[in-house]
Amino acid sequence: MTNQTHDANQNWNQQSGRPGSGRREAAWGEVTDRLDDWLAIEPDGSVTAFSGKVELGTGVRTALAQIVAEELDLPLERVHMVMGDTARTPDEGYTAGSMTISGSGTALRNASAEARRAMLQMASERLDAALHELLIRDGIVQVRNHPERSISYAELMGGKTFDLKVTDQAPRKPPKDYRIVGTSTAREDLPGKIAGQPSFIHDLKIPGMLHGRLVRPPGPAARLVSIDKNSVKDIPGLVDVIQRGNFIGVVAEREEQAVLAAKQLKVQWQEAAVYPRMEDLYAYLQNQKTEDTIVADEGNFDKAIVRADRKLHATYYQPYHAHASIGPSCAVADVKGDQVTVWASTPGPYPLGGALAQMLGLPADHVHLIYVEGSGSYGQNGADDVAADAIILSQAVGKPVRVQWTREEEFAWEPKAPAMVMEVNAGLDAQGNVMAWDYHVWSPSHVARARFAGQLVTVQLLSGQPAPQSRFSFGAERNSRTNYSFPAQRVTVHYLGNSPLRASSFRSLGGAENTFANESFMDELAAAAGVDALEYRLRYLSEARERAVLKAAAEKAGWESHPSPRKSKAAVAEGRGVAFARYENDQAIVACVAQVQVDPARGIVRANRIVVAHDCGLIINPDGVKNQIEGNVIQSLSRTLKEEVQFDEKHITSVDWEKYPILTFSEVPEVEIVLINRPDQPAVGAGEPSTVTTAAALANAIFDATGARLRQIPFTPERVKAALGEWEDPK
Amino acid sequence: MSDEIILIVNGKPRTVQAAPDTPLLHVLRNELGLTGPHFGCGEEKCGACMVLIGDKATQSCKMPVSEVGQARITTLEGLIEEGQLHPVQRAFIEEQAAQCGYCLNGMIITTAALLWKKPHPSDAQIREALDGNLCRCGSHLRILRAVRRAEALLAESE
Repeated sequence: MTNQTHDANQNWNQQSGRPGSGRREAAWGEVTDRLDDWLAIEPDGSVTAFSGKVELGTGVRTALAQIVAEELDLPLERVHMVMGDTARTPDEGYTAGSMTISGSGTALRNASAEARRAMLQMASERLDAALHELLIRDGIVQVRNHPERSISYAELMGGKTFDLKVTDQAPRKPPKDYRIVGTSTAREDLPGKIAGQPSFIHDLKIPGMLHGRLVRPPGPAARLVSIDKNSVKDIPGLVDVIQRGNFIGVVAEREEQAVLAAKQLKVQWQEAAVYPRMEDLYAYLQNQKTEDTIVADEGNFDKAIVRADRKLHATYYQPYHAHASIGPSCAVADVKGDQVTVWASTPGPYPLGGALAQMLGLPADHVHLIYVEGSGSYGQNGADDVAADAIILSQAVGKPVRVQWTREEEFAWEPKAPAMVMEVNAGLDAQGNVMAWDYHVWSPSHVARARFAGQLVTVQLLSGQPAPQSRFSFGAERNSRTNYSFPAQRVTVHYLGNSPLRASSFRSLGGAENTFANESFMDELAAAAGVDALEYRLRYLSEARERAVLKAAAEKAGWESHPSPRKSKAAVAEGRGVAFARYENDQAIVACVAQVQVDPARGIVRANRIVVAHDCGLIINPDGVKNQIEGNVIQSLSRTLKEEVQFDEKHITSVDWEKYPILTFSEVPEVEIVLINRPDQPAVGAGEPSTVTTAAALANAIFDATGARLRQIPFTPERVKAALGEWEDPK
Repeated sequence: MSDEIILIVNGKPRTVQAAPDTPLLHVLRNELGLTGPHFGCGEEKCGACMVLIGDKATQSCKMPVSEVGQARITTLEGLIEEGQLHPVQRAFIEEQAAQCGYCLNGMIITTAALLWKKPHPSDAQIREALDGNLCRCGSHLRILRAVRRAEALLAESE
């Protein structure tokens, strides 16, 4: 057994790489302006494009290739993407925040334009023709009207590199000339996946690879009392039992042997309480010491509220949510002395590579991290941690080791989307107009990425040290301010230093929860004013694109104008609700209309139809955007109706699909989408925005149907029935 | 501990060495290199590991390899005949019915078994058949459309 990594303990909580200063985690990374870092013209005339972003199942591999092929006038099949390899690709931080198209896409577009300009210049000399006489077709530069005077990219480059800087000054193709960008190109990864070819990290096989499994403590504060290695000595194929601190793993020749050894190993733990009682969670969140930031203060709330005719107040609650990836996290590591190769499905190859090197006390360039696709993660699941697990086991046995978490480990140990409390106060004048709006949100940081070793569960178990307090908190402010033009709007974020349950990024960060609160409360105000919910929103929305999106959703849905709730006497009540948001206040614009049925006797809510209108500027791949919207709607509906991480004071208890159910086929609504393409506007991300509006649209539809207001996610039958009991018809 | 076991996989007899209680999934993936079926939960609750046993979609993550006997096992790879994708596989590509694609194996296997038994199922029958297959990306609507397209492709090919 080796202890060589312990020397690095004192450094584990220092950040590797640059300090995170950016508003968005996706912006972290080292920008390169070397053209050769982004593109290579291969001798066969194909192009290899390098992106530091990774394919998380959203189709960006295909979309980025479309951008490169378009700008270089190449057939799409001759562009090959290399993504997320610390030996080959640029450092583009994390694949997160719906930033791949705007970040890597823009960089690759500029690099391709630079390459095109350089090759046109070379061709002009080689073909003895002026630049304006040249045209490019399928990677061949030719003199206009003289097809015999032509030369290919491959001949121009002759296997050499560009040795140029990307200046961002090279002329880029105008969107009106696009032939590949803007088309619904088929995903290039699907044929392999559909045929069962090795496609995922779980499928990776390295010569001589052994199989590892972990033996976890019952909870994060449990301490090892004793371990009986003899309890597994009769298991055939067992290579080693590794115990360091509270970290325990087994390595065997075959996977089933490792599974058996992990199950059979006798270990005694001293358990300890670490979580608040679940029923006290929200009081706990609001009673901690917080760091408060006023993120918006427009008009004068204190003066405006005094003049209000009526004051309204509501509090909304968001529980912890699991990423609930279908495949548990998996990684393969090969530690050879001080050189480490690790294959992982992390969304942040460079930052994780740095953190792993820090764990081992090695310079960052001794860890070569190669991204391999995993099961969809939607933020930070266990993918980073399992890479560290595999390294520790490989280091111990001196052979490549594959580690796969169990279903239970994934639910228990992956970081969760944080629980939050949102409070809104508003004042209305006698006509029901909003005079003042005051918003408060209590939340842990939504981002605790493994940018330094101390954030990894592996390191916490090795060292016995809990995760360090967040150095910076962010994510909870996302969409906390509305885009409505109220006379006064004030927004305060109350950050907790630590999250009771381990928490990190989940699709949209706080955007979904804040929009749930804002857009539910907007509906409460409309109802108080006796005004139709759509009309009420339009009063406060002035920006033309935003109004167009809201109206497009309403039109597609066949919005019936009436103040909510409708007075339905039917046994099964029907209603419709709307919600609107501009993601991060200046990115994609989304409006959602939900149509629901509520069975009041059983408290069951059924979403029948969800309509989304969506403007993300220039659309690169319309079907890809639709795919993301469908996925966002279904996943957020699942989160809204069903999901809540369960825990007692010592453990997370919702560790299987029965205790953490997600939406099934029988519960999935129809989803109709209106895409608004704006070729004159920058392409902004579509991976997250439409996840934020579902919960409020649903809550508002339930209110419209029944008069019951749901303010706590998930909308379980018990909560629906309780809310129905609270409501009394004012007539 | 390790036994020699003969399995009929994708139309061919295959001899493997495995302890009798080894889950079939591990044998298919690790001994036979068939990466179509995936590990999801190990508790037969999510469908990622499905294979056809005879004509029945079956979860392979818990089933002991010794219990399969001489039943015919067909994996995702085995649906391909003479290099041609099965109509259900083609339908899933044509509908772009995936995001991450991890659950695809179970979706395709379940659909193949369903359409085998019921060539023209109702919407409710399709949803019910797929209810044991979990998808987290929210590709459900595309998958439902792919089932309908597969139904049409299979009808054409008859």
